[in-house]
Amino acid sequence: MQRIGVFVCHCGTNIAATVDVSKVAEAAKHEPGVVYAVDYTFMCSEAGQNLIAQAIKDYGLTAIVVCSCSPRMHEATFRKVAEENGVNPYMVEIANIREQCSWVHKNMDEGTPKAITLMKTAVAKVNLDAPLQEGEAPVTKRALVIGGGIAGIQTALDIADCGYKVDIVEKEQTIGGRMAQLDKTFPTLDCSSCILTPRMTEVAQHPNIRLFTYSEVQEVSGFVGNFDVKILKKSRSVREKDCTGCGVCMTKCPSKKIPNEFNRGLNFRTAINIPFAQAIPNVPVIDKEHCIHFKTGKCGICAKVCPSHAVDYEIQDEVIEEKYGAIVVATGFDQIDLHKFGELGYGVSKDVISSLEYERIMSATGPTGGHIVRPSDGKEPKDIVFIQCVGSRCEPDDRRGKTYCSKICCMYTAKQSIMTCDHIPGAKCHVFYIDVRTPGKMFDEFYRRAVEQYGVDYIKGNVGKVTPLPNGKLRVHGVDLLDQKEVELDTDMVVLAGAIEPNPSIRPLATKLTLSIDNNNFLNEAHAKLHPVEAATAGVFMAGTVQGPKDIPETVAQAGAAAVKAVALLAKDKLKTNPCVAQPDELYCNGCSVCANVCPYGAITYIEKEVRDHGVRETRRLAQVNPSLCKGCGACTVACPSGAMNLKGFTNRQIMAEVDSVCQ
Amino acid sequence: MTPDEMKVRDYILKIYDGDVTKCMHCGKCSASCPAYGEMDIKPHQFPSYVAHGEIAALMDSKTIWECLGCSACVERCPRGVKPGKLIDGVRQAVIRQRGGSHLYPEQIPAMVDPETPQQLLVSVLRRERK
Repeated sequence: MQRIGVFVCHCGTNIAATVDVSKVAEAAKHEPGVVYAVDYTFMCSEAGQNLIAQAIKDYGLTAIVVCSCSPRMHEATFRKVAEENGVNPYMVEIANIREQCSWVHKNMDEGTPKAITLMKTAVAKVNLDAPLQEGEAPVTKRALVIGGGIAGIQTALDIADCGYKVDIVEKEQTIGGRMAQLDKTFPTLDCSSCILTPRMTEVAQHPNIRLFTYSEVQEVSGFVGNFDVKILKKSRSVREKDCTGCGVCMTKCPSKKIPNEFNRGLNFRTAINIPFAQAIPNVPVIDKEHCIHFKTGKCGICAKVCPSHAVDYEIQDEVIEEKYGAIVVATGFDQIDLHKFGELGYGVSKDVISSLEYERIMSATGPTGGHIVRPSDGKEPKDIVFIQCVGSRCEPDDRRGKTYCSKICCMYTAKQSIMTCDHIPGAKCHVFYIDVRTPGKMFDEFYRRAVEQYGVDYIKGNVGKVTPLPNGKLRVHGVDLLDQKEVELDTDMVVLAGAIEPNPSIRPLATKLTLSIDNNNFLNEAHAKLHPVEAATAGVFMAGTVQGPKDIPETVAQAGAAAVKAVALLAKDKLKTNPCVAQPDELYCNGCSVCANVCPYGAITYIEKEVRDHGVRETRRLAQVNPSLCKGCGACTVACPSGAMNLKGFTNRQIMAEVDSVCQ
Repeated sequence: MTPDEMKVRDYILKIYDGDVTKCMHCGKCSASCPAYGEMDIKPHQFPSYVAHGEIAALMDSKTIWECLGCSACVERCPRGVKPGKLIDGVRQAVIRQRGGSHLYPEQIPAMVDPETPQQLLVSVLRRERK
């Protein structure tokens, strides 16, 4: 028989306001096995923990029930107290009387009986608990970073500087991501490329970093500390070790009319292409879909003109298999498709463009060499209208937009309007806004600078319609809600601050890594406040806009945080494994394979074993669980037709005892 | 708000069948409205007027007679507030308070021009079904 101590927490008034905690403690004293029960204001405080320690000594407790908050919050705290005082940590049960009881009930008449039931359930379970021992697993001292934008670059550099090996997998042919497409960065107006490209070079030269560009994560298996990853390295059709990046192939390639993705389709590229001068690696890729040689077998000009004979059409895709201890996901964002906003003229007039397209137009490496001109006729615009919140802040049922605020648009619109005035003397900028949201260091000052020093015309109100006029101008029809009047502007160019969304590649990747994503495809953190860079899957971390909208400084800070979490994992020689794994009972198992079929982790195999049953010796086919692969999900225990499979710490008998105590 | 006004507001909200607190005052409705210039209380003001209980002002407004019922505001509102339906609601409340200015189903066939496309009738009834 166990000697059980029950500790009921008030959690200040969180629990005590809707649960009569002393009644719960009193009721506990009559439960089988309970030798001590008490209530206290904060069980998680040092004084509360001491109370448990003292009770273990005074009453010789062998098992502990804490009636408090969710086990996700403090199970680890109370297990530690038990362990330090000589009680096996798995002899601790938490009755969640906060999230599942006091917070959902309004008065004590409902809260108290339910709390007592939950307490009884935990006592029933702890009576059948058995001490469990944690196992150990080795840690592969190498991290994988998925995504080579600023988030991935910063994470990789930070991990590598701590002395650990890192691989970056980037699906595009160069690292750099969205930041490489930007012109200047707010609020300091640093040139984006100038601050990014040194970091890109650092990545390329770092002895601890390997780069897999034009590659994708194909398959992930294993578990924290021991992930097995298959990386598909797509063929560039150019040998990286031979290519010097001279670019002769690009000048001679006859297939020249392919929309340039790096410039958001504003100009054309060749089939063999390097997207921008500072690309890392500075090696072209042959786009097989558009290459004349791959389509018809003819041409082959690039191979002929290449001075270092680096072009090789025969190179095949390659699959690389590698083991990793930790994985950081940093797949970034994209801008939503604005074609749905027909009333704003996107896709109707060439001079209505997205803010990211405008970045390319402003950039010195862009299609116009940094000269701000209208895409339609190449003329310099004198009057530009910026429209904010296009597709942001919509209701959940909206078919065109996202529910969240994209966070960065207010600041980059202020930046774009300032830059426009700098580029084009005498230019007039108008910004239609709903709210100007500029919290941050020197952010609001920056926005005020646009208004006060550059005379940018901020209009509170949305735009109803943008109509192209026969004279080439665009008529913008909106309202000024502060002056309560209609606004009609004939302008040269319209820039739409479209909402951002997670890069679509995150969906299949999240499936491969068993990560949870929210309604908008952003990754969910393990805890919104206390585990902001950890995914719910152990050993997987996140950085940058894959987690939510954020600007560059926030992304870099989060990348550093993710790197530290990954390093903290890699620094361990061994990891403790969860002892709550499945265990088959040889005498009940009939080898039917049902458990192996439902196991999502491939943890169950079969052995032929000689057993002795009622004096009869026979060879049977029996299930065997690999404890380092088992995640303790319990799917096998419910699937097993003969009840042979049990989850340690959650055995079938324990579950039934809990159900019985609820139904009493 | 007088008790009478409260009653009218409840009536308007019943016809409206939406949520005025969803409005984020972006002005998309007013910017999309072809009759904006003729209106005294603008479409984007309707949700806050209702929320603040200024029902009498809405019922006296020119707007409810200037609204063309084109539903551009309903279609384009990013928050699903449907200002056009709110204007409809106020107009209905005014008409019904006057009393007598409604049709009974059996009167309709006699009053409708036989050339009127049936689709138009259906769409009107659908829009005004509450």
